[in-house]
Amino acid sequence: MRGPSALPRDNGELVFAAPWEGRVLAMAIGVVQSLDLAWDEFRRRLIAEIAANSGRPYYECWLAALERLAIELGALRPEELGELSSSAGRSG
Amino acid sequence: MRAAALEALLAEKGLVSPEFIDSIVAAYVNDIGPMNGAKVVARAWVDREYRQRLLADGTAAIAELGFGGPEGEHMVVVENTPEVHNVVVCTLCSCYPWPVLGLPPNWYKSPPYRARMVREPRNVLAEIGLDLPESVRIQVWDSSAEIRYLVLPERPRGTDGMSQEELAALVTRDAMIGVARP
Repeated sequence: MRGPSALPRDNGELVFAAPWEGRVLAMAIGVVQSLDLAWDEFRRRLIAEIAANSGRPYYECWLAALERLAIELGALRPEELGELSSSAGRSG
Repeated sequence: MRAAALEALLAEKGLVSPEFIDSIVAAYVNDIGPMNGAKVVARAWVDREYRQRLLADGTAAIAELGFGGPEGEHMVVVENTPEVHNVVVCTLCSCYPWPVLGLPPNWYKSPPYRARMVREPRNVLAEIGLDLPESVRIQVWDSSAEIRYLVLPERPRGTDGMSQEELAALVTRDAMIGVARP
């Protein structure tokens, strides 16, 4: 199978394409634990982020979902994240 | 970059320490992988009663071997037979049983895999290298927050004399997703 719809055929066990991806995963686990939430609180936001932008790289969706969760539950203020968002050129 | 800035912010707020992040990353990279699932499958191949418990209540039977935790709940194990081949996908995002399979491979998360496996599983499997006879029915399972699926592959022929450890070495992650056979 070739072309743009080709399935990535990397069957290796490399789990993260870059170190920041693993750290985002760990941050999500840590925030969910610290706030004593069900994992589903994170997962439904992740599903929403993926649905909203299917072309966006997977762990960028994790990052966006985590930021959203932290703001919606009052753990972080939007203005604290404002600089991060604008520096990444994100509109949401 | 944005992830590093968020990490600093979370540490400053006392929500997540860099040490915690280091430990989780190390666990996923080094310790947790498809080998846990392979042990479950090998046990089911040699122990008829375990196999029955596994098919009846996947989460509990997997927990017997000490595997569980976040994303390891609500496990349903589906059994391949000569007539039926099972394959797992998550059309919504990438629901996946981390404690038994490690983290999902990149292709599992790709939109083409998620979309096409539901519509044309026989073609997608053939493209991946698994040509199934027309006589084999393909059952696609869509993982979700409520249910995470694990495929119990058929025990390969010619493995009668093998130990449980040797059998586990035959079981790949792809076989437990259902895109390969051991």
